[in-house]
Amino acid sequence: MDMINILTVFILAIFVGFEIITKVPPTLHTPLMSGSNAISGIAIVGAIIATKVSGEIGTWLGLVAVIFATINCVGGFMVTDRMLKMFKRK
Amino acid sequence: MGYTNLAYVLAAILFILGLKKLSSPKTARSGNTIASVGMLIAIVATVVSFELLDFKLIAVGMIIGTIIGATFAIRVEMTQMPQMVAIFNGFGGGASALVATAEFFSKYGTPEQTTFLTGIIILSVFVGTLTFTGSFIAFGKLQGFVSGKPIVFGGQQLINGLLVVALVAMGIYTTYGSSMDMNMFYGVLIVAAILGITLTIPIGGADMPVVISLLNSYSGIAAAATGFVLMNNGLIISGALVGASGLILTNIMCKGMNRSLANVVFGAVGLEQETAGDETQRISVKSSTTEEAAMILDAADKVIVVPGYGLAVAQAQYAVREVADQLESMGKKILYAIHPVAGRMPGHMNVLLAEANVPYEQLKDLDEINPEFDDCDVAIVLGANDVVNPAARHDTSSPIYGMPILDVDKSRTVIVNKRTMNPGFAGIQNELFGFDNTIMVFGDAKDMLTTLHKDLKEL
Repeated sequence: MDMINILTVFILAIFVGFEIITKVPPTLHTPLMSGSNAISGIAIVGAIIATKVSGEIGTWLGLVAVIFATINCVGGFMVTDRMLKMFKRK
Repeated sequence: MGYTNLAYVLAAILFILGLKKLSSPKTARSGNTIASVGMLIAIVATVVSFELLDFKLIAVGMIIGTIIGATFAIRVEMTQMPQMVAIFNGFGGGASALVATAEFFSKYGTPEQTTFLTGIIILSVFVGTLTFTGSFIAFGKLQGFVSGKPIVFGGQQLINGLLVVALVAMGIYTTYGSSMDMNMFYGVLIVAAILGITLTIPIGGADMPVVISLLNSYSGIAAAATGFVLMNNGLIISGALVGASGLILTNIMCKGMNRSLANVVFGAVGLEQETAGDETQRISVKSSTTEEAAMILDAADKVIVVPGYGLAVAQAQYAVREVADQLESMGKKILYAIHPVAGRMPGHMNVLLAEANVPYEQLKDLDEINPEFDDCDVAIVLGANDVVNPAARHDTSSPIYGMPILDVDKSRTVIVNKRTMNPGFAGIQNELFGFDNTIMVFGDAKDMLTTLHKDLKEL
């Protein structure tokens, strides 16, 4: 994939991000943070790849990265669900 | 590889749809589920498509991470949510930095190590490491391991400045330099770690909402940078979404305090307190009892509750709901006014009230609630101070001048509950407490509300 393509994807994603996130009401800002936090755990994809391609040190770094990113994903989505469950109507 | 990239695009679509559903509390929970399915797709696609992976190693890592993450998520109390998000930001940033580091080692000295690749790896390592150490300091401050007060020392800005210069120099040297650059790479790592600490320790407890939002944004930027390192669309899109989200929240928090980001990060507000404390003039206040408050509330039709962080500290959310239920059963309209910086992170107060089963339709933000005070009979201020100080509107010499506030003073009667007459975070007296339409009920918020509930029932 060439540089311009990937940069285009990045910039468009930022615009999409701004569009949808400005529509999140202040009531849900804490779940938004923990939820988007879980999404930043996508680094797990890189971590899995790193365990393979990067030699012995890379494998161990990748393992620690897998642990960190999994904490982020699992913990983030679970705690967000726990919070959103509490938001009830009358 | 084609299918893998398709799976990443699908995951990104699900993330976007999930975030879109967060626009209403009704759909938010399903949105979170959709986003988590997206993550699962991305993970499965990666594991399946890359050959020669050590499945056992990856499984071990994921099991350890799941146990730690799930334990945090189940055990955490809602008041501790800011530190939880802070520490998760740290893990996200740390993961990105580790992935970039692994990539640096694998490409080091090979023809694949282009200038662009090294540069972007340095950026990813820098942002990720800074997020990691900064988040842990923020966590420590919120949890009470590190002093919540701003920690400042002489020449702090100078030291931070020198660290940044050193970082940039080493980054450029590693990117364009010769065979010595492995040590320079370690240098970048160490200086970024130190910078994360030195940039976070001078920031005070009440500015934490800004810091956490900012670190949230950094964790996204770090993931996106790692995406550029690996040329992976999934990471780039997700990182960009999170980065944008964090920046928007940072901006909202800064506006809520009427301060620029630079002022929060470099201002160390705690220092201004000493001068403000000298000219404390005495305000004569009317101290009152819960019985009297109950009688005033009995005559009211519309009541607005203004919760501050003091309420959460006193664990009084449930007591508030009980009083509100009682008032509703007496036929009164109840609303809650939530200032953007009430609590220790964006939307924190809303979560705390939702936990106490306060219906979300009653939680109103600043813009929605301020017109409501015009025909409000009683405003009950619980553990909030600076966000209801009318000086922010007219007193140009006040440190909080220009900060958007809740116009509680426009209500017919204001009942203020505070533990003592101590000034708020900004260290200034609140003229609201001396107004003719204000009565003060001193005491712990939980005790006061419990007594008030009893008095209302006995009317």
